[in-house]
Amino acid sequence: MSQRQVLQVFEQYQKARTQFVQTVAELATRPQNVETLQNAGVMSLLRPLLLDTVPTIQQTAALALGRLANYNDDLAEAVVKADILPQLVYSLAEQNRFYKKAAAFVLRAVAKHSAELAQAVVDCGALDALVISLEEFDPGVKEAAAWALGYIARHNGQLAQAVVDSGAVPLLVLCIQEPEIAVKRIAASTLSDIAKHSPELAQTVVDTGAIAHLAQMTLNPDAKLKVRETAFHVMSLGQISKHSVDLAEMVVEAEIFPAVLASLKDPDEYVRKNVTTLMREITKHTPELSQMIVNAGGVAAVIDYLGDSRGNVRLPGIMMLGYVAAHSENLAMAVVVSKGVPQLAICLVEEPEDHIKAATAWAFGQIGRHTPEHARAVAAANVLPKLLNLYLDTQSSEDLQVKAKKALKSVLQKCTYLPALEPLLYEAPSNILKHVICQFSKVLPHDSKARRLFVTSGGLKKVQEIKAEPGSALQEYINAINNCYPEEIVRYYSPGYSEALLERVESYQPA
Amino acid sequence: SMARLVRLTPQADRVKEAYFTRNRIAEENRQRENSAAVRIQSWIRGCRARAYLSHIHRKATIIQKTWRGFKAREHFRQRVKAAYFLMKMNFYNKMAVKIQQRWRGYYVRKYVHNYYARKRYLEALTQKNEQMRRELEELAEHQRQERQRVAMEREEQEKYVRAQRLHFLLSTKQCPGVFNSPFRPEPDEMELRLRRVKPVRTMSAPKESWPVNPQPSSYLHDKERLPPIHKTPQGPFRPAVEVQQQRYRPLEPSLRVATSITALEEAREELRRQEWRTRLIDHPFLPFSKTPDKKYEPLLHAASPYQQTEYGTKHFREEDRSQLEKKKPFRRVFTTCHVFDKFGRLYSSAGKSV
Repeated sequence: MSQRQVLQVFEQYQKARTQFVQTVAELATRPQNVETLQNAGVMSLLRPLLLDTVPTIQQTAALALGRLANYNDDLAEAVVKADILPQLVYSLAEQNRFYKKAAAFVLRAVAKHSAELAQAVVDCGALDALVISLEEFDPGVKEAAAWALGYIARHNGQLAQAVVDSGAVPLLVLCIQEPEIAVKRIAASTLSDIAKHSPELAQTVVDTGAIAHLAQMTLNPDAKLKVRETAFHVMSLGQISKHSVDLAEMVVEAEIFPAVLASLKDPDEYVRKNVTTLMREITKHTPELSQMIVNAGGVAAVIDYLGDSRGNVRLPGIMMLGYVAAHSENLAMAVVVSKGVPQLAICLVEEPEDHIKAATAWAFGQIGRHTPEHARAVAAANVLPKLLNLYLDTQSSEDLQVKAKKALKSVLQKCTYLPALEPLLYEAPSNILKHVICQFSKVLPHDSKARRLFVTSGGLKKVQEIKAEPGSALQEYINAINNCYPEEIVRYYSPGYSEALLERVESYQPA
Repeated sequence: SMARLVRLTPQADRVKEAYFTRNRIAEENRQRENSAAVRIQSWIRGCRARAYLSHIHRKATIIQKTWRGFKAREHFRQRVKAAYFLMKMNFYNKMAVKIQQRWRGYYVRKYVHNYYARKRYLEALTQKNEQMRRELEELAEHQRQERQRVAMEREEQEKYVRAQRLHFLLSTKQCPGVFNSPFRPEPDEMELRLRRVKPVRTMSAPKESWPVNPQPSSYLHDKERLPPIHKTPQGPFRPAVEVQQQRYRPLEPSLRVATSITALEEAREELRRQEWRTRLIDHPFLPFSKTPDKKYEPLLHAASPYQQTEYGTKHFREEDRSQLEKKKPFRRVFTTCHVFDKFGRLYSSAGKSV
């Protein structure tokens, strides 16, 4: 055979390999084909193609493997078991950028499914190789490497610590400054995945000066930037400030307020939710931070946001209002003045989910517990009967009942607004009734108009009907109320008075 | 004296009797007189003692009185001082209480719970909230309009492109187009668009523009409108553009001037770099065919039985020094020859081939 014919055989084989691998890669994009491919034993066929001499075949084989592993975790485990990972890691260091992209894609697809798989990826020494590819020039390679690191760090704190130990964080911060949008986005989401696990990790992220760049990102959204990008940035800022006061202060010192409030009107609800999460995390820590946010008009913006949104995304907004009101009565008054109470009442009524109702009840408790003015503002919004219903409703969850009861108690202990307290007289169980009567007994001795109103509205009658053990606090309060009125009135309204009168009529002997 | 004696001597007996009578009377009254004398004496002594005692008493009373007065006044002075002091202190206390009341009231009202500041703060907060709400509304509105505008522009562009591609569906006088059905009261929007559209042009090759004018661009505006030099035109002139171009013709340095002095070294470097960049194969391409082994034949006139001569292999220079001294040193830099500097740049077109 001549030389050319020999070479032709090799060429044919190469063509066949290329075609096979490209077709498999294309088929792997559709989920319905993946089962068939797996049953046909595609893993064992793709594995030697990774070591092929032709670079294109290698890259396409890696791409196909990545797509397969992406689909479900059985395939990912099969990739791990077939010892493909060490080969990939080795070639990550050496080959050209297309191969690096494909290899990083495979690592990401494997690490995404569970913590054990991510641990297996880490054990092959993938972290060092990924960190080296973060220093590449090509933005696609950087994006793929950062994504893989993000998926690894997502699962638990140890993996995140391993990622940090391999020195990825400064490189990720450099990636955030890149001009390409995708790289920025992925690097920001990776940083947020790292920072979310513990304060030390968040501190590590902060020490590399990430906050300044992230803050810059949120402040200058270009028209061309994708909206989710801002969402990721804000999310990572939120993750960082969750952990401690210093970090929150550092986030605030990056001067993101009040510009971040503009993102509250973004069309993407994910962005809005993350901005409110960020604000919640910041206000949680100290009164000064809450004061700063209130002064920037953040409370009004959040209340508007609550009005515009529906469902689960309201939760961080409600919690933020609760945290702000919890710190001091000035801030609670600020919340009240910004018309927060009617909006929260609407939320309480509209939302079907129990945890959101529980959060709203808690927020009301925090607002109303400071002074009678606050309690009056809460009571005037007709919230107390709703809270009572939530507490008494058998279908509400434990958490909701507990929170509703606590909120009711804390508001009632300061409430002197009697018209709102009256409906509660009729329906409340005894432990709540105690507080209601206590408030009545504090207000009635001093206010004659209130006494008159109490009698005419039938409150005194109801009070007489209450059975209390002698010597209990409830009895004392009832006595205090009875002492405010002349004896005949009290006797007139006591139950069974009409019978007593009739009996007297019967036993009367006319002279 | 002698007379006295004579007189007295008869009286001696009388004297003796009177002596004895006196002694008897004295002896009889001695006890009575003694006790009387004693009584008198004791009474006198008593008086004296009493007088002395009362004297002493009076004096002691005076002393005690003075002393007591002194002490009492001292005590009194102390008490007055104390009372004065107490009075002062009470007064001061009351005044201090007044001051402290005022101060506490002021301090609490100003720093602890400043009602008016709080009121002002809440009012300012309401205003700030209003402002923030308004601004956010405006921003949202603005962004929405922006998005709408962008979407509309994109739609418009798409429709335009579609109309361009479907330009052949325009209706003619003879045959109404798809979008211009005769049963409709007026033609469809697409028809109107088709009428307005310009057909797609393919790009022609860009014309050769004159080399970039280093002058500022204000001169470009004046190219067509040169100011008139004379009122009456002087004759047929070349077009103003050409004149301008000639007037501001850029420098065209000769090849020698334009070449840098280290051009040769740079060229060598460039060659080396190119070689370094592009050479992939370290092992040179070996031809397939095998040439027959040619034996090496050394030069005859350089061959010597003992060693290789230097002349002919290491240097080729003349070794005769006397001849050399007459000669001038080798010239390395020459004057330019301007043979081809003006080639193609003279005004006449003689010599330019088509």
